[in-house]
Amino acid sequence: MSNLAMKRFLAIGIAVSAISAQAITFPKDDQAIVHVLNRVAFGPAPGDVEKVRAMGLQRYLDEQLRPERIADPAMASRLGGLTTTRMSSHEIFQQYEVPQLQARAAKKQNAKGNADGQDQASKMPPDPVQQRANSVVAELAEQKVLRAVYSERQLQEVLTDFWFNHFNIDARKGRDKFLLTEYERDTIRPRVLGKFRDLLGATAKSPAMLFYLDNWMSADPNGPHPTLTQGRMVRGPFGGRTYLPPTAKPAAQGKNAPKGLNENYGRELMELHTLGVDGGYTQKDVTEVARAFTGWTIEPPRQGIGFKFEPRIHDNGQKVVLGHVIKAGGGESDGEEVLDILARQPATAHFISTLLVRRFVSDTPPPALVDRAAARFHDTDGDLREVMRTILTSPEFLSPDAYRAKVKTPFEFVVSALRATGADVAEARVLVRELQQLGMPLYQCQPPTGYKDTGDAWVNTGALVSRMNFALRLSNNQVPRVTVVSLQSSVFGPAAGGSGQGEVDADAAIAQLLSGNASDSTRATIAKATTAPQMAALTLGSPEFQRR
Amino acid sequence: MQSRRVFLKSGAFAFVSLGFAPSFLARTAFAAGKSGRPKQLIAIFQRGAVDGLSVIVPFGEGEYYKARPSIAIPRPNSGDHAAIDLDGFFGFNPRLQPLKPLWDSRQLAIVHACGSPDSTRSHFDAQDYMESGTPGVKSTADGWLNRYLQARHDEQTATPFRAVALTSQLPRMLQGTAPALAMNQISQFGIRAGGSSDQLGASFEAEYAAAADQVLNGTGREAFSAIKMLKTTDPSKYQPENGADYPKSAFGQALKQVAQLTKANVGLEVAFADIGGWDTHVNQGAGQGQLANRLDDFSRSIAALVTDLGDRMEDTVVLTMSEFGRAVNENGNRGTDHGHGNAMMVIGGGVRGGHVYGRWPGLAPDQRYDRRDLAVTTDFRDVFGEIVTRHLGVKDPRPIFPGYASNPAKYPGMFA
Repeated sequence: MSNLAMKRFLAIGIAVSAISAQAITFPKDDQAIVHVLNRVAFGPAPGDVEKVRAMGLQRYLDEQLRPERIADPAMASRLGGLTTTRMSSHEIFQQYEVPQLQARAAKKQNAKGNADGQDQASKMPPDPVQQRANSVVAELAEQKVLRAVYSERQLQEVLTDFWFNHFNIDARKGRDKFLLTEYERDTIRPRVLGKFRDLLGATAKSPAMLFYLDNWMSADPNGPHPTLTQGRMVRGPFGGRTYLPPTAKPAAQGKNAPKGLNENYGRELMELHTLGVDGGYTQKDVTEVARAFTGWTIEPPRQGIGFKFEPRIHDNGQKVVLGHVIKAGGGESDGEEVLDILARQPATAHFISTLLVRRFVSDTPPPALVDRAAARFHDTDGDLREVMRTILTSPEFLSPDAYRAKVKTPFEFVVSALRATGADVAEARVLVRELQQLGMPLYQCQPPTGYKDTGDAWVNTGALVSRMNFALRLSNNQVPRVTVVSLQSSVFGPAAGGSGQGEVDADAAIAQLLSGNASDSTRATIAKATTAPQMAALTLGSPEFQRR
Repeated sequence: MQSRRVFLKSGAFAFVSLGFAPSFLARTAFAAGKSGRPKQLIAIFQRGAVDGLSVIVPFGEGEYYKARPSIAIPRPNSGDHAAIDLDGFFGFNPRLQPLKPLWDSRQLAIVHACGSPDSTRSHFDAQDYMESGTPGVKSTADGWLNRYLQARHDEQTATPFRAVALTSQLPRMLQGTAPALAMNQISQFGIRAGGSSDQLGASFEAEYAAAADQVLNGTGREAFSAIKMLKTTDPSKYQPENGADYPKSAFGQALKQVAQLTKANVGLEVAFADIGGWDTHVNQGAGQGQLANRLDDFSRSIAALVTDLGDRMEDTVVLTMSEFGRAVNENGNRGTDHGHGNAMMVIGGGVRGGHVYGRWPGLAPDQRYDRRDLAVTTDFRDVFGEIVTRHLGVKDPRPIFPGYASNPAKYPGMFA
């Protein structure tokens, strides 16, 4: 950090301590409570507003910032049937990947003599072994929906969604579909309110990330290139061929053994994970960072699929990253040193703060709030709980300007609709498919950038029509294995024993599903509907419900 | 917001005109060619940075084979999976065989060593620049194709289907104040509530029409205008013509729907589709393998589209692009890292095809960009600019490419 930048940060830090000395007074009205529930949680569920009103916003936020202290007894039974969500990557390898590999080997044997065997295979329907392999990601996605709808630790789930997307990995890249379960559960979720450096380091060493951004096979281009393992090409689950990394102990002279530098991780680490694209790094820095991470690789699956440092492919020379000299001979610690440098750059504090403020406050982050969050990041050595506290207790966050300022992503739309209606989800798989239709397939965002967090990405004609159709299906109990109990015993709509007076019933629908806040025209349109499900659909599909 | 309001009128117009659809639609031809049909652009984005050196192979360069010991496409006539000779120096990847007849009939032109003046090797930034049309400037609010739509907006003739992306999210290139539509499946486009569909559709429409929220208001209006218009056609019964055989892939099906909308005469002027899977850092393959398999889908889909559109190709240009090329030297994993210059293809009846345009900078290390990548000798804005002016008929391309001194002298010369 330049002296000038350091001075600027210190100055901000002093200014902020002056501000934080004044205790913020939380507004007490229901609109503020609904606003907080729309950001800190995936929207209000029945009873939430009353609960928060009783305890006060300050206590609610304090509680949500300490998820480990919140009892969440119902989650275990909700997730009971999703057995792979509790398995290690090694167990998933043994039970799901090995049978897939064996089936493929057998198929290849059968197809011998047919030169175009691969192309033919792609036209055949997916076989049971393949479907079973794909079910690992399907269960992970179901788990994500269920936690978002039902967990009491709502902020932790919102942040898990945020940080997974920040350190995005596409499940369709080769074996990553078997690694994401452990990645989200053990790498991301426990660290979302910890130190940024810890989260960054955990992703850097995660086999899922090492595989996704190719670092596992990046090697010193001038080294002896010992043959590590035998890799091979396999047909991916979604078409195309993907590389299958080590499946056995180091083999003799594997034709795909690592023998050179791969910059993919080095570049995305700086552009997407820490500094941001304007963070002041050069192509030379990318190469130097890539050199530092050579040897950070993955254990052969049969030995556990964990992180492993392989000194034989590490480039042991000196590196210079953003002007910092990393001395020759550091081995595994080179990478740690790079992460230390990057995590403490002012650009990182600023970039991460911008992204968090964008997620929690507005598509156009108020610069003063970003500066205060960045200063808090700097002062606390990247303590994400404290950065979140700064954002969630800021006047900008609680200002009327922020109310319904964010367009819901398809995931937020679906989850908030399930919460608002108090839906009972017996099985979430069909909801996972709905999200695909809505343009947000879970764990399948292809670029490392993750999904966009601004409204322009999600407001378009096709997606809007899909949202209205989802609102219709959900309200009419046409989403299989999902029951909207509340509508059957609802007070609105003549068929459900409502008053039969359109205006009165519309008010009841708006009270339950939009926390009482809708435009006159939306209210008038809902009032013309004749049944409770229609009223619910017109409320969930309304312009108001597309925002949070 | 101006054009949104303009669109409201045309949306209402589309509604009252339902009974007279043919005459209404005939008037969409404001950039009409000889055939009287509107000029059309189909833009295809290869997301992830395709390795142009493996697509349009400079087999005449010894340096190419030196730089790529394990993944070079073999010279033509050197056995299976060798390059297909185009002009004695460049060749197609063997999996581009389905497009060879278009080269032979001079409907397919290539612009090589083409790209951005900006040096970024970030997928995200480079795609952003190629779509905004303002390399180096991130604050540009809209995409260049949307600015084209703005430049040629005519409220008398514009239909909700003037610009359609066959994607679930509207691409950056089409974002902006001119209406543009994104949809994955045209058969799924509409309010589906059984016998109550019309009634509930009208209710949703009323909610969005009255919304103070400008973004949702405008998008809602576009959606319902489009739904009404689509009802006058029957997309479910579509049969490709001329023996066109679309791959079952997402990309093939997207292009099939482009043909479907084109032939439904709903006023489609700009279509967009994308195809991913090009980020081949590891085991890229050569004439066979990972990249070749993606190219197989890519070229068979485009060939099917062109076949299906038949003589409509007289008024159509298909343009392919990708955010940047890949490094000249293969990396340590038999793949390629992010690079710079790349190749684009321009296909159409009015194209002077059968030629590779642009100055070839060579692949020797001192001829490369940063001594590592194919240098850029044609700014992508000159390719876009030539298409916008000479194909689509815009007189002044400068508002479409702000900050760029668009100069016809620098156009590749793909159109007469």
